[in-house]
This record gives sequence, C-alpha cells and structure tokens, in this order.
Amino acid sequence: MDQQKEFIKQLRRYEKGSVSRRHFLGVTGLGTAMAVLAGAMPGVYGARKAFAGSIGDKVALTTWPNYHSQANLDKFGATTGAKVEMTVFGSNEEMFAKLKAGGTGWDVFVPTNYTIENYVKEDLIIPLDLSQIPNYQPQNYTDQRFTQPGTVNGKVYAVHKDWGTTGYSVNTKHISEPMTSWKDFWDLARGKYTGRAMVHDYQLTTIGNALKYYGHSFNSLDEKELAEAEKLLLDAKPHLFAINSDYQPSMRSGDAWLTVAWTGDANQLHRDMPEIIYVIGKEGGEIWSDFYAIPKESPNKPGAYALINYLLDPAVNKDEVLAHGYPVADKRVFDLLPKEIQTNSIMYPAAELLSPLEFGAAATLTNPARAEIMARFKSA
Amino acid sequence: MTMAVATEAAMKPEKKRWGWTALLLAPSGFWFFMLLLLPLAVVIVYSVGVRAPTGGYQAAFTFDNYLNLPARWAAFRNTLVLAPSGTLICLIIGYPLAYYLAVKSNPRSRLLLLILVIVPFWTSFLIRTYAWMFILGSRGIPALLEWLGIPDVRLINTPLAVLIGIVYGYLPLIVFPIYVSLEKLDKRLLEASADLGGSPFGTFRQITFPLSAPGVITGCMLVFILLMGEYLIPQMLGGGKVFFIGNALVDLFLQSLNWPFGCACAMALVVVMVVTVSLYLRATRQLQGRDVSLM
Repeated sequence: MDQQKEFIKQLRRYEKGSVSRRHFLGVTGLGTAMAVLAGAMPGVYGARKAFAGSIGDKVALTTWPNYHSQANLDKFGATTGAKVEMTVFGSNEEMFAKLKAGGTGWDVFVPTNYTIENYVKEDLIIPLDLSQIPNYQPQNYTDQRFTQPGTVNGKVYAVHKDWGTTGYSVNTKHISEPMTSWKDFWDLARGKYTGRAMVHDYQLTTIGNALKYYGHSFNSLDEKELAEAEKLLLDAKPHLFAINSDYQPSMRSGDAWLTVAWTGDANQLHRDMPEIIYVIGKEGGEIWSDFYAIPKESPNKPGAYALINYLLDPAVNKDEVLAHGYPVADKRVFDLLPKEIQTNSIMYPAAELLSPLEFGAAATLTNPARAEIMARFKSA
Repeated sequence: MTMAVATEAAMKPEKKRWGWTALLLAPSGFWFFMLLLLPLAVVIVYSVGVRAPTGGYQAAFTFDNYLNLPARWAAFRNTLVLAPSGTLICLIIGYPLAYYLAVKSNPRSRLLLLILVIVPFWTSFLIRTYAWMFILGSRGIPALLEWLGIPDVRLINTPLAVLIGIVYGYLPLIVFPIYVSLEKLDKRLLEASADLGGSPFGTFRQITFPLSAPGVITGCMLVFILLMGEYLIPQMLGGGKVFFIGNALVDLFLQSLNWPFGCACAMALVVVMVVTVSLYLRATRQLQGRDVSLM
C-alpha cells in the first residue's frame, strides 16, 4: 500500500519534471526492472549489461598516483557497465580539504590510516555496510594493526587496501657508504652528497624522519623535540636537491641520488634500476596502511560498494599488487603472489626492521605546530 | 575640464538616459560585486579568524595572522626580487625584438614573424615548463657543459632556473604591447631627427623610446602583475626550494589547512601589489609628464 503511494508520488514528481528520469527509475526500482528485462532481451540495450541500472554508469574513484591496475578498472567497467572515473591526489591534506569543501562527486576514495578518525569527526564518511562487501574478510588479515584504524567508535568506516613503509632510496652507483639509519641519511645529505637528496613535500614524513635523527617518536608533538627537528630541517634545506613527493623522475635521471621514499616507489625504482636500493632506518620511522572509504556525499553508493568489493576479490587484488608494488595484508592475496614477490625484501622487510616502525597518528597530521614548521622549512 | 562639461550637457536632457546607463552597467556591476567585492570581503573576514582544530576556518577576531606575516618573509622576498628582475630581463630582451618586428623587419615577412612569437601558446604552458625541467636537469644543459669541459653545473631547482622559466614564459606578453606602440610611431619623426643632425642613439633616446613608453609601461605592468602571483614555475623549476607567495598560499590552503593565515597572506599580497603598482605608475607618469593607462 505504502509502496504504491510512494510510486504515485514519485510518478507525479517525474511528470512535473522535478526529478530526473534516472532518479525516478532509481527510486521506484523500475530502473532495475528495466535493466533486468534489457538483460533478458539482448540487443535492446546493446552492450549495456544487466547491472547498469542498479549501480549507474559511472563510479568516481579518488586515489593516489600509480595505485591501481588499469586493466582491473577497465574490466569492472566492462562487466558492470559502470565506468571507473579515476582522479589522483598528492596528499591526504588536499583530499581532506576538498572533501570538507564539499561537492566532490567522489564515490570511493583512498584515505591513509591516520586520517580516518578526522573524517569521522567531521562527519564526511559513512559507516560501511559490510554485507555489501563480502570479499572483505578481516579474519584473513595477517596483522590486525593494518585493519584496525578503519574502525572508529566500534564501527567500520574503511576497509584495508594495502600497506607500506616510509624509508629512503639510495643510488649505490654514486653513494658507496653503507647506509642503515636516518642519521646516515641526514648526515650524508647535508655533507658529502650536498645537492643530491630529496625529501617529501609532506609534513608527516619529513618532520617525522627529522625527529628520528634524534631518536624521538615519529609522531612527536613535543615542543622541544619539534624545535630540534626544525633546526635540522633548516640546516639541511640549502643542501637538498628538492622538496617534492614526486621523486621518481629525478632519481631516474640521476639528478638526485638519495630520497625519502614509500615502498611502492622504491620497489618500482629498484625493479628498473637495480642499483637503487631501499633502506628502512634502523631507528624506526613510519609504517602505514591505506583504506577504501565512501564519502557521505557519494552520489552512487551502490556503485561504490560494488567497486570496493570487486577490488578486494583476491584474484583482482593480486593484479593490483603486481601493478602498484605495495604489500596487502590479506593472506588470500599473498598466497596467490609469485614467489619472487613473496620474498621481496622491499615489500616484506625483515621483522626486526618492522618492529620499531610507528603508525602515524591523527593528531600528528592536523597538528598546527607541525604544519607551521613544514611551511617555515619550505619558505625558508 | 571641457570634457566633463560636455558629458554633463549630454546627460541633462533626458532622465531616461540614466535608466539605460544603469541597465547597461548592471552586468559588469554584478560581476564586479560578485567576483571582486564579495570574495574580498570573505577574505578579509577569514583573515581575522583562527584555524579550526582539524584545519580550515573558525570564526574569531584577532590580528595574530597579520602579526605572523614575517614568518613568510622569505616568500615575499623571493617574489619581490624575482618578479621585478624577471620583468626587467623580459623588457631588455623583448624591446629589441619588438623594435625589429615593428621597424626593421620586411613588412611581407612581418606577419610570419609575429605568428612565430605566438606559436608557443599553442602548447600547454605546463608541458613547456616540463620541457624546461629536462633542459635544465642534469641530462640537459649541464651535460652539454660537461662535454665542453665545465663539469658539475647545477641549474634545476635554483633561483636561476626559476628566472629562466619566468623570462621564457612571459616574454611574448611584453613583446606585443611594445610592438603595437612602435608600429604606430610616425617614421617621419625619425627622418626629421636625422635631418636635424640627431645621432641614431640620440634619436632613439629622445624620440623612439619616449613614444613607445605607453607600450613599455603596459607590457611591464602585465608581466609584473602576473609574476607576483606566479605559482607553477617556482613549483616545477624551483623544486619546492624557491618559494613564491603563490606557493605559500597554495600550501596554506591545501597542505597546512590554515585558511585564516592564508587569507592574511593574500591580503598582504594585495596591499604589496597596490603599493608597488601605484609607485610604479607615479614614477612613470612623472617621467613622461602625461597620463598612461592600461591598454
């Protein structure tokens, strides 16, 4: 009875032109019915597949550079009729700023562990309906530390995509010194290899790794410790080649010999130029985990769920790993990977190197003092 | 004075005229209000606020953001050094080029030469700046210099690289206004000067240059104002080490999410611009003894 009334109401709105055709078909369920019918009558809708009505014709994915297998995304579009429109970002702050400003049209995006709490606090993302992501099976994850930041106040807001570390890449053709620590990195960058080192254009890692020089916590908010880090950064600034998170081109061209790097980039550099090796500072540093989440304002939530579920399918996720070079905590995916990747020490470093690493904290990212230190470092 | 009287006389007869004037001015007035005054008001209001705990804007009334401006002194200094020097170099290179195009070149090949000046605009500025990254990078000019026996030259990510990028990018913008003012130059004046015994340099100094001054002033202003807000060139050719105010602003809005301080910096930039441009106009006006307007 109610359903009938609702249908008539929507029909009237459609007739008056106050809702679009797609909205009308969507809310009344006629869209699904038509799509099913169309599926049953091949040729009526041509190449469009049966799901087209239910998950729309596009899903907007916002992510990081070099972070997906294009073949996977194309396949998703071909089988569901929903084309994946990908946008890439340079920093979590930028993503946060855009989503906070609103009107993004994103359906799925890829936040890093320490940002999720802030997104929840600002009411920008929705708790996930896990029944719509059957491929997400937390019991298969090797380490709960990688999945845990997705849960805020007991609700799952984000599911694990992949994880990695922040260390540095060294071109051993030019740098012969054995390097094992952040102390080595900063001392050589300011000394013998002046003009050859790069650091991220990113507060969290640049200040965090300067803090590690003194053995302080990566997440320190202590005024005195931060002042020490700032002193080191300002001292190193004239010696740096660049402050830029896009360090692969300069490392490849030989302009830079030393750079702070994330697992995947280090992996890609080493794969193409074996002389570029990856070092995790023995004092520690950052370990992180990226997630899939759905913005509250997502215009196509069914599409978002379908895409996340698809990308978490172990066979699909395996191809994702082969494309981006970051490890995934899902054991089912690990088992599918070729032997040389399972034993790759850049992706899966030794346990004693991993244990001193710290996850970035939400407060570290939004701390105004750290933001200001970074800005002073850059504009010095 | 006479013009003002004439306008008044023309306005008087019909009151209806006023309605038409208002109607015709409405679109530009609306534009002016919505896209200049209103945003400016927002920027002023935000600039006395404070950064919200997770970033962004939180209402407040404080001048702390303005007091904190010296923290961005390096960005202001870089901009105030590199923008005028870039403008000056553009002028020094652009003037002879414009002079050649307008006065010396064969009228039949002139059009082709003018098109060649515009050709770079057919490709995205971003792509052309990327090309400079490679030219100035270690496999570009430094490799060539090394081959010539001058090893270990570093160009990319230095102020010099930014300056080269600026001059390259803005040169065409200064050539055109100067070209236009030189093209209008009455060639008989040059002949008269020569007849009266003026040396070529004297003729240039006393006749050609003063008559092309409006073009020079407009061109310099065009380049200078755009350079003050430049972001892309220092970002790409300065490697995050040569910071302009534009870069500081992007950082404040998108990275540290300190919108109030960003607004205060933006206001400071507006003030710096108004002051420098009016000083510049006053200086050139005295030099010329007449009004100069933007073309």
